[in-house]
Amino acid sequence: MEPTLFERVQQGLGLPAAAMSLSHGVLAIEVGAADVLPIATRLATEMTFDLLLDVTAVDWPDRPARFDVVYHFYSTAHAARVRVKTRVAEASPVVDSLISLYGSAHFMERECHDMYGIVFRGNPDLRPLLLYEGFVGHPLRKDYPKEREQPLVPYRK
Amino acid sequence: MNLPNPVRAAFDRGESEDDVVVNIGPSHPATHGTIQVIAALNGEKVRRVDVHCGYLHRGFEKECESHTWANLMPYVDRLNYCSGLVNDFAYCEAVEKLMGIEITPRCRYLRTLLSEYSRIADHLTCIAASLMEIGAMTAFLYLVMIRDYIYEHLADLTGARVTYTYGRIGGLAHDLPDGWLSRLDQILGQYEVFVGRIHGLMDRNRIFIDRTRNVGALSTAEAINWGFTGPILRSTGAPRDLRKDMPYLAYADLDFEVPVGINGDNYDRYYVRMCEMDESVHMIRQLVDMLPAGPINVDDRRCVLPEKRLVYTEIESLINHFKLIMEGPQVPAGEVYSAQEAPNGELGFYIVSTGGGQPYKLHVRAPSFVHMGGLRRLLEGYQLADIIPTFGSVNMIGGECDR
Repeated sequence: MEPTLFERVQQGLGLPAAAMSLSHGVLAIEVGAADVLPIATRLATEMTFDLLLDVTAVDWPDRPARFDVVYHFYSTAHAARVRVKTRVAEASPVVDSLISLYGSAHFMERECHDMYGIVFRGNPDLRPLLLYEGFVGHPLRKDYPKEREQPLVPYRK
Repeated sequence: MNLPNPVRAAFDRGESEDDVVVNIGPSHPATHGTIQVIAALNGEKVRRVDVHCGYLHRGFEKECESHTWANLMPYVDRLNYCSGLVNDFAYCEAVEKLMGIEITPRCRYLRTLLSEYSRIADHLTCIAASLMEIGAMTAFLYLVMIRDYIYEHLADLTGARVTYTYGRIGGLAHDLPDGWLSRLDQILGQYEVFVGRIHGLMDRNRIFIDRTRNVGALSTAEAINWGFTGPILRSTGAPRDLRKDMPYLAYADLDFEVPVGINGDNYDRYYVRMCEMDESVHMIRQLVDMLPAGPINVDDRRCVLPEKRLVYTEIESLINHFKLIMEGPQVPAGEVYSAQEAPNGELGFYIVSTGGGQPYKLHVRAPSFVHMGGLRRLLEGYQLADIIPTFGSVNMIGGECDR
């Protein structure tokens, strides 16, 4: 079943075969940052990938385009998963928000913004979610030291 | 002392003059797992809701990046602390996929059995707590009694009541102790007696039905749009279950049904969980009959510790032990997303390895976190008093929500 899905998605998205691979049962697609929203729209509306599972990022500090933004989609009709990955630079870590397609994107994008500072264009609510108001920095970036403490209420002496 | 507010509410007044904004939690007895709900009320009606989580955030993902693959197992336990074993096994499966390890048949069956056993404990906790919050104390005591039998029984196996650290990459910590399966049979018998009483007490109870029927209702399309999985999605009538849709462990060999609801309301979530527990018991009985003999750990020196006897007598095993403990199992470079059907929904691990003994990145797709994103859909438009039963029926677990 996987090869047929692979072909179907490949034909539907019109991407070169090099941009796609199978990774442990997940169809992995690499796209440019501007293509995330159009690709996700086609996945959601034409290819039954109706469940947005997860949004996260990976930090590669030595790379010019420092962050991978990683999305996982699931098709409830075909029980198949797709991973969409894009690269953004630290200077403008911006991708389009998916909240117009998936309600679940609201919280996931907020978390990703918290942890990596990725900006989701079109998501009006990127307030801190797991962190608190006034937290400085993005803790899951590799250059954020694990030991750094930012207590909201000062420690007792 | 003037303490800063950790959250900035999305609104500080309601849509009309009559609206009142109230704050519920995070330290309210019924917001177990520290959740904060800021609600705009019109009379008793909830107009708008802003849900805040993160009060239990402890940097799980950051911490994992500086521990070896084997060493972070105790952290994984503490994600969903009502069913720690499922977390262990889901994490192990993800790492095993990266390493290309196929676990032994006995381990596969034992993991399945213990996952289902944990599912029962998790659902018991959820149902017991949510029934107690609407006043059913007897139901709470009956269910928690059974849950405690299960916890003590699992403590016999693993040495801990809640945080088991029982999974190992490539196998399990150790095999079942003597007599464990016969006690299992006794507990399942007790379970049937007491859950039967709960059915008698609750299913047709006027007060219970009035509080839960058509409260927090959700359609299938909306549930999928907001990322709901697990019992919440199934309560809307969609038979979506990873155990059936993408069978892992030993689920392909088992005979079981996927119970679904009709309305996706609080009552259906209660009932779906009750039925799922019965299915789990049915599965456990099959698994006990089918449990194969043999080793529980794979024979792979990359991840499984050598026998203690050999560590003391051979230099190769001593070095092997030392390397595994100090440097950690060497996981080849790559990335994997692997998910299991946890009691609350899809529990996924997205792992990136650059080779070596520690994860480069470990991300948890926690069902509770995604459910909190959709919680406002379940609360808006209902009564203030419905917030508590609806929140209870979602079974938010702070450990995995906030990480």
